Amino acid sequence: MLHTFVALVQDKPGALTRVASLFRRLNINIVSLTVGESERPDTSRMTIVADAPENAAHRIRASLYKLETTIDVDEVNRADAVVRELCLIKVAAGPNEPHGVRSRSQIFEFAQVFRARVVDLAPESVMLEMTGSASKIEGLLQVLRESDYVILEVSRTGRMAMRRGHHTSRVLKALGTHRLSPSDFPTLDPDALPEDETLPSQFDESEA
Amino acid sequence: MLKSNQTNQHPTLTGAEILWATLAGEGVTTVFGYPGGAILPIYDALRNFPSIHHVLVRHEQGASHMADGYARASGRPGVCMATSGPGATNLVTGLATAMLDSIPLIAITGQVSSKVLGSDAFQEVDITGITLPVTKHNFLVMRAEDIAPTLREAFQIATSGRPGPVLVDITKDAQQATTAFSFAAARPRPHRPHPMLKAESSSIRDAVELIQQSKKPVILAGHGIVESGAEAEVLAFAEAHQIPIASTLLGLGAIPAAHPLSLGMMGMHGESWVNNAIQQADLLLAFGMRFDDRVTGNLTRYAPNAKKIHVDIDPSEINKNVHADVALIGDLKEVLQLLLPLLNSHPERSEVSDARTQPQPSEWLRTIDASKGTAAVRDIINLPDNGHLYAAHVINDIWHEAAAAGRLEQTIIVTDVGQHQMWEAQYFKHEAPRSLITSGGLGTMGFALPAAIGAKAACPEKDVWVIAGDGGFQMTAAELSTIVQEDMAINIAVINNGFLGMVRQWQETFYDKNYSASPILSPDFVKLAAAHGIAGANVSKRPEVTPTVTKARTSNKPFLINFQVEKEDGVYPMIAPGAALHEMVRRPHRDPLLPNPEDE
Repeated sequence: MLHTFVALVQDKPGALTRVASLFRRLNINIVSLTVGESERPDTSRMTIVADAPENAAHRIRASLYKLETTIDVDEVNRADAVVRELCLIKVAAGPNEPHGVRSRSQIFEFAQVFRARVVDLAPESVMLEMTGSASKIEGLLQVLRESDYVILEVSRTGRMAMRRGHHTSRVLKALGTHRLSPSDFPTLDPDALPEDETLPSQFDESEA
Repeated sequence: MLKSNQTNQHPTLTGAEILWATLAGEGVTTVFGYPGGAILPIYDALRNFPSIHHVLVRHEQGASHMADGYARASGRPGVCMATSGPGATNLVTGLATAMLDSIPLIAITGQVSSKVLGSDAFQEVDITGITLPVTKHNFLVMRAEDIAPTLREAFQIATSGRPGPVLVDITKDAQQATTAFSFAAARPRPHRPHPMLKAESSSIRDAVELIQQSKKPVILAGHGIVESGAEAEVLAFAEAHQIPIASTLLGLGAIPAAHPLSLGMMGMHGESWVNNAIQQADLLLAFGMRFDDRVTGNLTRYAPNAKKIHVDIDPSEINKNVHADVALIGDLKEVLQLLLPLLNSHPERSEVSDARTQPQPSEWLRTIDASKGTAAVRDIINLPDNGHLYAAHVINDIWHEAAAAGRLEQTIIVTDVGQHQMWEAQYFKHEAPRSLITSGGLGTMGFALPAAIGAKAACPEKDVWVIAGDGGFQMTAAELSTIVQEDMAINIAVINNGFLGMVRQWQETFYDKNYSASPILSPDFVKLAAAHGIAGANVSKRPEVTPTVTKARTSNKPFLINFQVEKEDGVYPMIAPGAALHEMVRRPHRDPLLPNPEDE
């Protein structure tokens, strides 16, 4: 089954290699991995979607956490998180295509229904940009194919995920608010925190 | 060398000097290494730091095993260093060995100058890339000012949580550049908050309940006991509740072998009563062990009736191989300190409290004891000499000789990997923690001799024995020269059977006696030792064993004994791959070590 992990990692050379190498070592295939800047300086947020047995999630998460460059790891599911993906689709739409000159207006219709945007128009092709859940994107691709359009290129970012509502993991609570930079956090002594803040379990399901 | 900086009260040092000053500040007194081009600035600065002794090895693999042996013997991180390229790659086997056995180790490698990094410069290799999967963490340092903070962080990472090896790769220009140095200012930041190092109170309650309900509990004692320093807590726990203790290979010595609750080693070559007790148990208490395939046998039929309580500091070990009914994540010593009072204060355990003041073996303990039967009596001590010398004789007599001399707790045995390693585990009774040093997880042949040098460097007052096979000993025999250069009184027992014995045994059992590439020719080991200026003796008769061992132990010089033993002896009991723990292959009937039932 697919597992989605959101990891906060130090933005250092090799950080991505360490994460990717971990999955290779565990013999688990990465379905998608997105990485970019986060709200904290010098810190990246990754969304990793991996295909692994149901009971493997705990071990993956614990192993991710073992990497010294990892600050926090969360596993999210569709119910409690917003999951989005960005997709660019280039469709053949020249006068010689089967649909001929009518093709463009039908592509625009599809785009409207699927809330995609036309971002490029060329004599032989149309480029669509679409944001949404993976199934929605697949829906648009499918309807294009079934309507005999030739899809020239597809580029997908892979999933990004964010928990709904106010959510701060115990780790991040101990690190302080997001206003602190990562270079500040290590000066916080976790032992000096009040008892109920001393992070008994990152993996506690009840954290909210 | 120490120029005062105008703008700063801290002295200005080169990166190389900072490296040594930081090592000295971390309490390092011994470093194992081999110089080369990209680490020459560091070696040049060594003369300014007389508090650190550098041991010149003969091969960098030896340096990493020595640092490993040093750490295992002392509990302090071992330090090794090598130059870039081949020097660095030669460390890899030792790093993997330390990684698999959770040994704190710092490896320092020189690297080509940062200007030419990535250009395939002479002796350039991407060692941080290569060692990524075999280190707990690694660093590439390219600026002198980063050396001290990085090294101090490396020590923190290597020794905290589940220990492991950390590699620090330092470019030559960083070694040569100068900067202000302050050891205190390079203090590592407190480790990032670890989320799970306190066992959940609900899990503690579950564990207490399972322990109280259990009629047939067994403690599985692992290496984590020694790493945590929880020997006393485990023993107190076992004694209070009269729970027998089975040990992993690396757990041997954590609990004195002579203790009445100690069963011995479990697993592939564990004694039958140990494995049978595990298979019949209704509760397994896994203390700092990771259910390696060598101790579980067939996982689907492993301890089928037992609930499992898994105590480990590494959350990723939980449910990896064996499902844990209760997981207590944290430092073993702290977890047991939480558990102990809860168990003792419970009224239902009052009869156990009586048992504590006046130990009465429970029915469970009596059952295990009875199951030993004749299996326990492979009585080597009293066996009449039948003209054959068996490896088991040798191991037993080395143990007996040390015990008779009252040196048992002052003896460190360092084994290689193979049959002799298993015989050592079966026949040498370890009474003290850190008295057995062996490569468990990776099973690295060639480990023994260099690791023993590390152990002797850490504990010069102890008797250090290398026990190695004729195969593994030849892998790193060049370090004999290191022993002489360092003037170390290390005793070496080569168990010589003319075969790669464990390979031969598997070929005998599973490959139709096709002894493919397992017969091995060896040099005359005694002459080899003599070429190094090391005294030695050949032993092939049982009565010669003990006097020669005594001679070696009391010589206060290195001494090599070549024990010419029976060629085709096997390690038994043995669990075939895929078999369950209780499906042991017993010693064949022809075994001259066992009394032949037909003679009686």
